Amino acid sequence: MSDALLEVTGLSVDIPTEAGVLHAVRDVSLSVRRGETLCVVGESGCGKSLTSLAIMGLLPPTAQRRAQRIVLAGEDLQAAPARRLRALRGDRMAMVFQDPMTCLNPAWTIGNQLEEIFTRHGKGNRRAAHDRAVALLERVGIANAAGRLSQYPHQLSGGLRQRVMIAMALMCSPDLVLADEPTTALDATIQLGILQLLAELQAEMHMGLMLVTHDLGVVARIADRVAVMYAGEVVEEGPARTVFTTPRHPYTRGLIDCIPQPDRMAPGQRLGTIPGMVPSLVGDVQGCAFRTRCAFARPECAATVAPRHGPDAHMWRCVLPPETLDRAA
Amino acid sequence: MPGSTPVSAPGEELAAQAALPVPAARRRRPRWQRNLGLISSALVLAAIVIAALAAPWLAPHDPYVQSLNDRLLPPFFVDAERAVPSHPLGTDNLGRDYLSRLLYGARISLLIGFFAMVVSGLIGTVMGVLAGYFGGRTDTVVSFLVTTRLSLPIIMVALAVVSVFGGSLEVVVLVLGFLLWDRFAVVMRSATHQVRGREYILAAQAIGCSVPRILWQEVLPNVLSSLVVIASYEMAQAILLEAALSFLGLGVQPPLPSWGLMVSEAKEVMLFEPWMIMLPGAAICVLVLAINLLGDGIRDLTVPEGRA
Amino acid sequence: MLRFAARRLLLALAVAFTVSAIAFMLLRLSGDLATTLAGQEARAEDVERIRQQFGLDQPLILQYGDWLWRALRGDFGRSLFYPESVGALIRDRLPNTALLASLGLLIALAFSIPLGMAAAFWRNSWIDRMALMLAVLGQAMPNFWFALLLVFFFGMTLGWLPISGTDGFANFIMPAMALGWYATPVLMRLTRAGMVDVLAADYVRTAHAKGLPLRVVLIKHALRNAVVPVVALAAVQFGNMLSGSVVIETVFALQGIGYLAWESISRRDFPVVQGILLVVALFYVVLTLLTDLLNAWLDPRIRSR
Repeated sequence: MSDALLEVTGLSVDIPTEAGVLHAVRDVSLSVRRGETLCVVGESGCGKSLTSLAIMGLLPPTAQRRAQRIVLAGEDLQAAPARRLRALRGDRMAMVFQDPMTCLNPAWTIGNQLEEIFTRHGKGNRRAAHDRAVALLERVGIANAAGRLSQYPHQLSGGLRQRVMIAMALMCSPDLVLADEPTTALDATIQLGILQLLAELQAEMHMGLMLVTHDLGVVARIADRVAVMYAGEVVEEGPARTVFTTPRHPYTRGLIDCIPQPDRMAPGQRLGTIPGMVPSLVGDVQGCAFRTRCAFARPECAATVAPRHGPDAHMWRCVLPPETLDRAA
Repeated sequence: MPGSTPVSAPGEELAAQAALPVPAARRRRPRWQRNLGLISSALVLAAIVIAALAAPWLAPHDPYVQSLNDRLLPPFFVDAERAVPSHPLGTDNLGRDYLSRLLYGARISLLIGFFAMVVSGLIGTVMGVLAGYFGGRTDTVVSFLVTTRLSLPIIMVALAVVSVFGGSLEVVVLVLGFLLWDRFAVVMRSATHQVRGREYILAAQAIGCSVPRILWQEVLPNVLSSLVVIASYEMAQAILLEAALSFLGLGVQPPLPSWGLMVSEAKEVMLFEPWMIMLPGAAICVLVLAINLLGDGIRDLTVPEGRA
Repeated sequence: MLRFAARRLLLALAVAFTVSAIAFMLLRLSGDLATTLAGQEARAEDVERIRQQFGLDQPLILQYGDWLWRALRGDFGRSLFYPESVGALIRDRLPNTALLASLGLLIALAFSIPLGMAAAFWRNSWIDRMALMLAVLGQAMPNFWFALLLVFFFGMTLGWLPISGTDGFANFIMPAMALGWYATPVLMRLTRAGMVDVLAADYVRTAHAKGLPLRVVLIKHALRNAVVPVVALAAVQFGNMLSGSVVIETVFALQGIGYLAWESISRRDFPVVQGILLVVALFYVVLTLLTDLLNAWLDPRIRSR
């Protein structure tokens, strides 16, 4: 995959706690190509946010990161010195965070916070930064962009702030954008608009987009590829269409079944659920973490499960024969 | 509240979901350190209190007896040759035994510190609790009084009052008590305010408890921990202020062995007998340090983790 | 912003008024000021003469009103010991105290802010522990004792700095250090606490994500927010220094209003004492007002309240 923009192999994140080491992210491998949208999906606590933070190098100080490879456009991020990483962040790779209410500095104007990325990365002077900020704000759908620049974050609504965050990520036209649940903290009515915006921008600027979310609906809308995470592992990964139509992991199947489909379900019909709870990831974790909740669990599941591959670069970690989960419609 | 920001690192969410405490390295101070500070400061404070109480038996001499032949004898660790065994810490410029004066001086510091703290605590707590409980106009009045008090230069005011009424233990205690209540008022007000909206207060009101009863039985027990912490700080403040007042000659009057006064008396011979200012000064330091650390320790124990 | 300022100004005026009344009443607390002034050997007619001379036979309220009216026009009366008027005395000495307090605050901030930032950034490291130990020690030392220690080491033993008088700038260095020393622990702890909170904030993580240089993140983004309560506290400490100047100036025989206050109080020169109390209190009030305004400017969210 020579045109892979981002390659992550064998990423692990451990957090020491009083009760032992929490293996929050375990041996995760991902890749994003230029012009492609990868959605990382999973429930709360599966480690998807930590994965994106680990890639950017923004983990909290107590967390320990280990990886075989983290490569951005051919450059090894693990070997890069701190100064080089700072040069890359904001310029070649950018991040959009989850909670727009707290992600902007209350003491400086929007304009100041937008322009500083541009000027600090040496892309131009204040004038040029100002013009680019105005252009981007307009592009993300904010009216009266020039006026907004002199406002403070607390004067903007959540939806507007998130658009500002997106504009901020794009100031230097990065190759890769990581979006960590960008719509979760917003009203349902605005979520769709933000997603459409992201999809358009990604296509326009030919960026790689890695979108972390817990919402399969989001995935269905904009993903080219999907990586399903559970308990710190990627349990299934592949082209979105393939994963949705022929899921190979019981967890993925379960997630898909959970999506309410108004047109295909009868009133009063029970919504799908996945019984059980995520297991503790403290201390040694053996075998498939999903086996305690899986309807198809077998004795082999207690040992380490090797990844299996299918056509279209489809990967999954399950011992079951592929056809087990196939169903008519 | 301006400047307060939630911490939302995903690692913490993850740990919370796994129903585990926050990672060890993030706690404010390791547990053994906290307990060490609390225990050692409590021990030191207890030692000083015991020494003060037992002064009549521990002191080798009467602290007021002058002996003009034995003036300015050095302590044994300064000049072992000239030192006299019956005066292990030397004598001052009037021949009075330094060790005895230090021990009796502890009484003065502790007495004044304690009672000034009690007076200011009573005044401030009443004001603060009332302001926090009733809010509205009571709150406005109390806030105004606090702002006014904060606008007064306390040392100057204390000096002025002492000069008018004469320097004695009672005057100093009252003056300090009437000047140091502001922090009590502020902290008690906000603590009461927080407690005010809780359900057990509403329940007590619902069954018709009278206000004094609610304040005494429901509010006070819950603000007690903040109160104790502030009390320790204010006691330390009072001790430092009394030392300063006595140093300036407008606090405790001679021949009483206030530590501040001892420093002032030793000032004249400082160049030749530096130990004379070192000993009482260090004594003040140790006492105030012990009280402050004790307050810190209590605060660490009782205030929940999270906010630094 | 303007309405906010107006409200604060009204409050400040009310406080100033109250404080002036307190300053006035304080010296008349013990009953008969005339007797106190006249001294112990005075005869009855001497006491009576003094009473009339200073208008002490009039009702308290009138005395206060009279004094306030004159004070507002700059006439604080005459000193009982110095030939100059009270106003002139204060005018002469005030700049010295102002210089001392400013220098003291500067020293305190120069130590406490970097130390607090370092302690927060390298939390639980030896830097942090050392800073906290320094803070704890600083708060336990009586300021007059610290001043004497400075005099002993730098003045007497090493002879680097002058130990008394008001002759030159060098005379202000040790007193300023003594004043600043007491404010440093509190300011440092607050800076540290504020930085610890802010460094964990989302917007600081955003700043890192933008790839900004570390010093920009620490100063422009983190410190800028953490310093808001520190500024308020610094102003309070500045006010405290005015009060604490009494002790320090006396130790160093520095001719400021603190020293003047102590002299006058000791000598019962009550017009001077009244004047000083009023001036200092007014200064506090103005300082608090300016601090509130500065706070509102620093934290845009306060203005909307």
